[in-house]
Amino acid sequence: MSRISQVALADERRITLRVNGREHSRTVSVRMTLVDFLREVLGLTGTHVGCEHGVCGACTILLDGSAIRSCLLFAVQADGSDITTVEALGTPDHLHPLQEAFRDHHGLQCGFCTAGFLMTSVAFLRETPDPTDEQIREVLGGNLCRCTGYQGIVEAVRDAAQRLQATSPEPRATNPDSIE
Amino acid sequence: MKPASFKYAAPESVDEALGLLAEHSHDGKVLAGGQSLVPLLNMRLARPHVLIDLNRVAGLDYIREDNGTVAIGAMTRQRTVERSPMVREKLPLLWEAIQFVGHPQIRNRGTVGGSLAHADPSAELPAVAVASGATLVARSPRGERTLNAEEFFVSYLATALEPDELLTEVRFPVHGHRGTAFLEVSRRHGDYALAGVAAMVTVRDGRCEGVRLAFTGVGPVPIRIPEAEAALAGRAPTDGVFAEISGIVSARLDPDSDIHASADYRRRVSGTLAARALAAAVSRT
Repeated sequence: MSRISQVALADERRITLRVNGREHSRTVSVRMTLVDFLREVLGLTGTHVGCEHGVCGACTILLDGSAIRSCLLFAVQADGSDITTVEALGTPDHLHPLQEAFRDHHGLQCGFCTAGFLMTSVAFLRETPDPTDEQIREVLGGNLCRCTGYQGIVEAVRDAAQRLQATSPEPRATNPDSIE
Repeated sequence: MKPASFKYAAPESVDEALGLLAEHSHDGKVLAGGQSLVPLLNMRLARPHVLIDLNRVAGLDYIREDNGTVAIGAMTRQRTVERSPMVREKLPLLWEAIQFVGHPQIRNRGTVGGSLAHADPSAELPAVAVASGATLVARSPRGERTLNAEEFFVSYLATALEPDELLTEVRFPVHGHRGTAFLEVSRRHGDYALAGVAAMVTVRDGRCEGVRLAFTGVGPVPIRIPEAEAALAGRAPTDGVFAEISGIVSARLDPDSDIHASADYRRRVSGTLAARALAAAVSRT
């Protein structure tokens, strides 16, 4: 987009971004949050929307590799960026090691918060492959769960760290939408 | 749609941003990291007509040492500051405090300048700026001026910035041989502080000097208590002296009660935090 049109005041704007490896171009209202764009425009309902003011963490996604709240970013701001959502993590037949660990350690019950916990944890374990329990608890402090009491989630992330380390270097995923 | 409707502009230079701000100074709002403003927009507590997004403005994202100060561009992400070896070495108070700001997902977007300009009375960075004697740089079409941190924070969510002024940089004096500590109490790690303190002290020949304490969460702006700072100056740092300062702090502060904590609780916690922070700061000199 030209420089002049960026400075001009807009109600709507055309954006182009990559989501889970696929490019999308859409015209969006400038006040549409990124999470609403992902769910309502692209139909990617794996990302959940909870408090819509940055407290619960359910809408956590990766923006250019960093975990962020997608309810606190407008879709127009994500123009040109690379987004990863929980849909890229694994498939029902081939779960990501983190998803396997959440299943094995009862890291979820109702599942509402799970996508946010998974995306927070994916980014965290990339940066901190061998975390301490204190580091795990601190990073998970940004996500709320009302079912599990968190213990199972902490255990799942600890176990996933070991699983990921045991399998590294990771084989290239066969699903084009998958991430490590 | 969560927020009320607004018009959006994404300038790419400071001059473009200043032009937009001058034109919309009374109905516009500047969007930095958005971690405080977007919640207000989503809840429709803020309803600006124009949103001026700084995220594509070049040249406001840097950390550089310059003549005994570390200058940080207003749009520098908090996560970048947290990971900066220079900040860790030269500004240990900022480095320690910034890890209490929100959660990693918040700090990945949140900016240093945004937190300062938002001026939340429970935020960490304003207290660090006041304790450190930081200088804030404001630009407008009329030019550039600098403000010291204590004159910058005016009241709850209010700063000395004029409607057409943009905060572009904050300069922290390098801490040097001063010991520092930041402590806070919140309901969970990453929440706003119920009470917190930034402490700075120098010890020379066994005596304390250059004592600075700035409290957050206990008033409309970061609070200093000259009497408490003076009580430590020139004296040996002992538990007895820290206890004395703790008493002065609890007696002098006049915080509000809210659903999270009573005024009495905040007073007592602040006194205890002050003693602990000073002991930690002395041990780090």
